[in-house]
Amino acid sequence: MKRIISILMENESGALSRVVGLFAQRGYNIDTLTVAPTDDETLSRLTLTTQGDDHMAEQIVKQLHKLIDTIKVVDLTQGAYIERELMLVKIKATESDIRTELKSCVEIFRGHIIDVTPVTYTVQLAGDSEKLDAFIEAVREMGIMEVVRSGVSGIARGDKFLRV
Amino acid sequence: MELLSGGEILIRALKDAGIKHVWGYPGGAALHIYDALYRQEDVHHLLVRHEQAAVHAADGYSRSTGEVGTALVTSGPGATNAITGIATAYMDSIPLVVISGQVPLTKIGQDAFQETDMVGVSRPIVKHSFLVTRAEDIAETIAKAYYIAATGRPGPVVVDIPKDVTDPSYKVPYVYPAEIKMRSYQPTDKGHRGQIRRAVKTLISAKRPVLYTGGGVVLDNASEHLIALAKKLNYPVTNTLMGLGGYPGTDPQYLGMLGMHGTYEANTAMHHADVIFAIGARFDDRVTNDLEKFCPHATIIHIDVDPTTVSKNIEAHIPIVGTCNSVLPEMLGLIEQSEITPDTDAIAEWWQQIDQWRADKGIYTASRYEESSGNCIKPQDVIKMLYKITEGKAIVTSDVGQHQMFAAQYYLFDKPRTWINSGGLGTMGFGLPAAMGCKLAFPDCDVACVTGEGSIQMNIQELSTCSQHNLPVKIINLNNAALGMVRQWQDMNYSSRYSESVYEESLPDFIKLAEAYGHVGMKITHIDELEEKMRECFAMKDRVVFMDIDVDRSEHVYPMQMPGGSMRDLWLNKTERT
Repeated sequence: MKRIISILMENESGALSRVVGLFAQRGYNIDTLTVAPTDDETLSRLTLTTQGDDHMAEQIVKQLHKLIDTIKVVDLTQGAYIERELMLVKIKATESDIRTELKSCVEIFRGHIIDVTPVTYTVQLAGDSEKLDAFIEAVREMGIMEVVRSGVSGIARGDKFLRV
Repeated sequence: MELLSGGEILIRALKDAGIKHVWGYPGGAALHIYDALYRQEDVHHLLVRHEQAAVHAADGYSRSTGEVGTALVTSGPGATNAITGIATAYMDSIPLVVISGQVPLTKIGQDAFQETDMVGVSRPIVKHSFLVTRAEDIAETIAKAYYIAATGRPGPVVVDIPKDVTDPSYKVPYVYPAEIKMRSYQPTDKGHRGQIRRAVKTLISAKRPVLYTGGGVVLDNASEHLIALAKKLNYPVTNTLMGLGGYPGTDPQYLGMLGMHGTYEANTAMHHADVIFAIGARFDDRVTNDLEKFCPHATIIHIDVDPTTVSKNIEAHIPIVGTCNSVLPEMLGLIEQSEITPDTDAIAEWWQQIDQWRADKGIYTASRYEESSGNCIKPQDVIKMLYKITEGKAIVTSDVGQHQMFAAQYYLFDKPRTWINSGGLGTMGFGLPAAMGCKLAFPDCDVACVTGEGSIQMNIQELSTCSQHNLPVKIINLNNAALGMVRQWQDMNYSSRYSESVYEESLPDFIKLAEAYGHVGMKITHIDELEEKMRECFAMKDRVVFMDIDVDRSEHVYPMQMPGGSMRDLWLNKTERT
């Protein structure tokens, strides 16, 4: 099953490569990965998604926690959580009926058109991964030129939080 | 406040970390450091002949003393030569700090002369690593490196220092941190109280228990607690290859080593056990054999300081994360207060069964191989002779292969930190440099390197290091003119097609070679001369002696687990199996 693993770690050079290296070394796959400093600049928050059963997820969490730079690790999929991913899609939009259809599609998916040229529309869309997948399927026939996805960010629901 | 250069800070920080000895090899990027080393007397440097040996020597020093070992190498090839040594220490959880020179910060990434991304190359085989970018950070980084190496599950730490960071013309105040605190690193020490209570109850209620103990007991200096617990309960104990000496090899409750070349009684007892208490062991594939068939009746209690080890290969029913040194005394206390007591009848019956296994097929109740005669010297008999002549008190290092297994089986280690071998990585070439580290630490103790003509040639250049630094180790070379363990597998699995495992006529004259390095060489070809010559060898306290002993070329190591079987599925000799 899909796992969303959140890591709070020291914002130091080499820390990210240790996480990525761990996955390669232990034979786990990373499906998505997103990382940035938090409000405290000495800390980075990293979210990654992977596939695995409970035993594998437990090992991954323990192995990540063992890295000296990591402070907290949590498998968000063990509890209630919210996930969001940002996607930018550039679509060929030369004919007016395609432009109209695309605009209504973007509205239905609650996205935004953020750049317009005579031949393209660039759409911004945020949501869980399934929603982004659905949008891609909806507009595929129109002619997708480029897709950029940020990878999943996640946070626990309710009063649980990851902080030093 | 005193102003020091980066090189001087490094050496001073080593001194303040309590480091007396550094094994190493100089080179361009490390020259500022070597100059600082030259201008002081607190830290003693030992020049080796190859960087791999520097790390193995630091490793042997650490394994025999329990202190953190230190190696110093230069950038590029110096650093990459150290890699095998670092990986060896990593697999066996040995605390080391390996300091590598690096090209100047301004040249990093330029493919400069002798540039290697050491932090990158070593990443999968270190506990942690640092690239130091300011002279001001050196002292704190060194303090952190030793702290990380020694605490929790120990392991090697790399500190990579670019040359300009040690520039003698740039001086900064020296401050060594009084205490190290890291918010991201707080190893668990004490086990969970509730789990410990459950473990004690399960352990006391056992009818067919086995204590299965590993390198964690040795690393954690927890031998005494293990002995006290085993004695209190009268339960049988088996050690892993890394755990030998953690429980006395001559004690009646000791079943011998378990695993691939473990004893019949240890492996069979494990298979039939109802409770297995794993202490500082990691259910390695060389122990368990096929995981699906592993110990079908057992409730598993597992103590380990590393949470990732618990339930990694075998699910623990009662996992306890903590140090052996903290958890074992706590358990012993609870056992002493416990209202329930072991079922002495069941335990007596269990011992009766074990004694039967010992008598039937144990390697300590009878010789299970054909004895030596004339020019056919059995390698097992050489180890037995070594044991006899050193009265079981030597520090024995080994290389990797058949000789390693014979040493593990037939030298009965009564004390921890006296059996020094590369168990996890299986590094040929480990034995001689590791022996140098042990001899440096224990100059008055006999240090024997049990090796083979294959392994010894992987670091034989260190015979020169032994001369320079007066490290009179004894080399016991079990010479069968072939890669014995490879050949054994080829005999068993490849219809004796000896693909690249024999040396034919290419072996050197080891006696002349030893003499060329200024040492004593002895050739043994007949069983009758073995005892006298070996006594002579160990009587020469201040000389390196190379005993080149021709052993039976056809001998195999038994028992041997059968691939895909359970622990008790063993070959007992070339024709007999369980």
